[in-house]
Amino acid sequence: MELATSVVDRAREGEGMEVYVTRGTETEVRAYEGAIESLTSADSSGVGIRVVLGNQVGFAYAGSLDPAVIDATLADARDNARYATPDADVVLAAPDGIAGVDLDLWDERVASTPMDEKIALAIDLERATRAADPRVRQVSSADYSDGRVEVALASTAGIRSTARRTSAFVSVDAIAGEGADTQTGTGFSVGRAPGDLNPEEAMVDAVLRSTRLLGAQKARSGRCTVVFDPRVVSTVLSVVAAALSGEAVVKGRSFFAGRIGESVAHGAVTLVDDPTDVRAYSASSHDGEGLACRRNVLISDGMLRMFVFDTVSARRAKTTSTGSAVRGGYAGTPTAGCRAIVLAPGSKGPEEILATVGDGLYVQSVTGIHSGVNPVSGDFSVGAEGLMIRGGHLAEPVREVTVASTLQRMLQAVVEIGSDLQWLPGLAAGQTLAIADMQLSGD
Amino acid sequence: MAEVFAEDSTSAGAMLDDRRVEELSSGRSRGAGIRVVDGKTTGFAHTSDLSEAGLLAAAAAAAAVAQQGGGKVRTVALGPGSIHDRGDRMLPDSVDKARKLDLLRRADEAARAMGDAVSQVQVGCGDSRRRVLIANSDGLLAEDDQVRTRFNVICVANGDTGMQTGHESLARTEGYEIFERYGVEDIARTAAARALVKLSARPAPSGEVPIVLAGGSGGILFHEACGHGLEADHIVKDASVYTGQVGQLVASPLVTLVDDGTVLGEWGNFAFDDEGCAPGRNVLIENGVLTDYMWDWLRARQEGRTSSGNGRRQSYQHLPMVRMTNTYLLAGSENADEIVAQTPSGVYVKKLGGGQVNTATGDFVFGTTEAYLIEDGHITEPLRDANLIGNGPEVLRRIDAVADDFDMTPGTCGKDGQSVPVGCGQATLRITGVTLGGTA
Repeated sequence: MELATSVVDRAREGEGMEVYVTRGTETEVRAYEGAIESLTSADSSGVGIRVVLGNQVGFAYAGSLDPAVIDATLADARDNARYATPDADVVLAAPDGIAGVDLDLWDERVASTPMDEKIALAIDLERATRAADPRVRQVSSADYSDGRVEVALASTAGIRSTARRTSAFVSVDAIAGEGADTQTGTGFSVGRAPGDLNPEEAMVDAVLRSTRLLGAQKARSGRCTVVFDPRVVSTVLSVVAAALSGEAVVKGRSFFAGRIGESVAHGAVTLVDDPTDVRAYSASSHDGEGLACRRNVLISDGMLRMFVFDTVSARRAKTTSTGSAVRGGYAGTPTAGCRAIVLAPGSKGPEEILATVGDGLYVQSVTGIHSGVNPVSGDFSVGAEGLMIRGGHLAEPVREVTVASTLQRMLQAVVEIGSDLQWLPGLAAGQTLAIADMQLSGD
Repeated sequence: MAEVFAEDSTSAGAMLDDRRVEELSSGRSRGAGIRVVDGKTTGFAHTSDLSEAGLLAAAAAAAAVAQQGGGKVRTVALGPGSIHDRGDRMLPDSVDKARKLDLLRRADEAARAMGDAVSQVQVGCGDSRRRVLIANSDGLLAEDDQVRTRFNVICVANGDTGMQTGHESLARTEGYEIFERYGVEDIARTAAARALVKLSARPAPSGEVPIVLAGGSGGILFHEACGHGLEADHIVKDASVYTGQVGQLVASPLVTLVDDGTVLGEWGNFAFDDEGCAPGRNVLIENGVLTDYMWDWLRARQEGRTSSGNGRRQSYQHLPMVRMTNTYLLAGSENADEIVAQTPSGVYVKKLGGGQVNTATGDFVFGTTEAYLIEDGHITEPLRDANLIGNGPEVLRRIDAVADDFDMTPGTCGKDGQSVPVGCGQATLRITGVTLGGTA
């Protein structure tokens, strides 16, 4: 914080300035065949500076906190500001009187756990996965990683915010084989410290997901109800979240634009962005401009209630920031976005949902989200693998198919929302979700 | 083996969006990654502190991992150094920022002039300069100075059926002189036309259909269908469907696939890879027969051979791994129009989006961003975006026609959390059947 404020103090008369400083350490271990394949340990730091001159903004960043580098970065940001189109809506965030919640996202055990224990987590995970099932013929990666990040943000508009967080992660990729057939499955576990992790769960998940797909075939094309796995739901919600960004809305790049107060989803759909929930992997007390994060109800009972805004997109939409500025580290500038999306859980568990659906397709993983889902038009088409649902139970495995619809129709066609909410890495939680009338494309 | 990879990079970006120059951005990064390989274990540490003390601390951290036994000091004679001279380039620093803004505004105007239905235009212009120095305990010393320039336009068109998007980009491993050869207005018009034509698009069909891919439509087919599967890191772990297939027929005899980092100016071009190895023109598949995989230093050493110049990393903060450079299918002899005329029904893909592959199973997807129906040998109605899904070895065997209209396109390839610039190339070709994931 001292560094951030010391740079801000150099602002000239009439010059607005925001300085974002980050420092972090990371460890990454990959195990292979019972030994360390690679081990990375590193410190990194960086600074991002925004300068506002009149109503023009300029930005510069550097992967270093060296004083000479910061000087050069500040000079770049000042020079860049001269070229932006003047815009009365371009201002720095100012404190809005809302206090941030106190979130404990820092766990000393990331630093205090001996390296040997971290290495053992990866090596044991690999060994356990190989031993779990004779059909697991390879473990292509078994990783442990952790990180500690500290962030400070200061501005001439009076912003002073600091945050720190730790994270720990294990993941394993299993390759199962039977005859000429090969299938893969990934399992993982996340937490704030090594002690939070459940490698057993990661192993079981990777083995189950790979082995149950053995023998998978293409399915016949047709319309059917699709039940999505919680991980897939988390991924899909992240794309829906992109269309709920006030930045996308004010620039005419969201299919939700102009629909506040209208029914955009089935009545059972309530979608909340709540970074103040400490259970969310991406929980945060302050947003990317240093304003307090808050619980924003975006869709309730199927009705579109609001979008999320940072300061600039809010001014363009004649409203105020919802504390939803996100930035991609020191090299990114703030923009409006969701941080911790949760779809309000329903009452049924996964088995009950399968029983209710009766016949359809259970999708355990999808591919091509970036090439096949468009948050502007809403077009949705992804590669899928999973199992057919017959008579309310999981049946034969399926691969090399696609499922398609539009996000608009999918939100209205929700059949069941699971009670099995999982807090996953990324910006959305997930649970089992059944959606009617999707196009399955196969043979 | 011990290696020091030092990198000094600068980048600049300018963005025009919603008719405004939103902001200019400048970035700088300097640091070194130190890698120590001992047997099968790699220790890696990186630092932005390039003082002798900083480097020694990183080296100690990397060595501590790899060294099971005691450390020993060995003096290595480096050199002679290989420094590549790229000749005249218009370096990013020498270009006035006002000139970059002029490019943005010209593109914005050209896109909007395509019609009132063009409701939003975003234009981005970016450049980077990356100077690297690589030295290792085998005595290697290499330096490279990579300059890259990109320009991209994303348009939204708004009509009765909702909104559609169109995207087009130019990206070269060159300086600003590229704008003397390529018109930003043309890029903008292509992006706008792509969004506009989709306003009248019907839902794409679903199920297996014959596909004609236009020349230069993305080439991502090969990148996903076999490129990743031919990377030696997947091969040595038996995590690729192409493991053990050298000498086997893995594709139609019309397929000769090359990965070639030497193609000057292409997006995946460099003078030395990120391990100091010069790139090569590596034939991966010749007339349908698998000839070789792509190799980096580590995997080549395991197999007792030399690197093919495919060891790349995103930055000094990343470990190198096997990556593609410019991957392309050699042109055939047929006429592109005739291939379409000889296709009674199917889908013509003018432009592809991104893709993804599971190398162990060979199943891959790639998206269309501009596609049309083929009816009675004619290109007819436009189709909404969809993904195609197929299995690499199966799809490569189904290529039954390759034309002579070769072209390259730039892309960004992501693997294991690292992004690197790559090129893809191909002429118009036909696949007898791929599953198209539409809704109709």
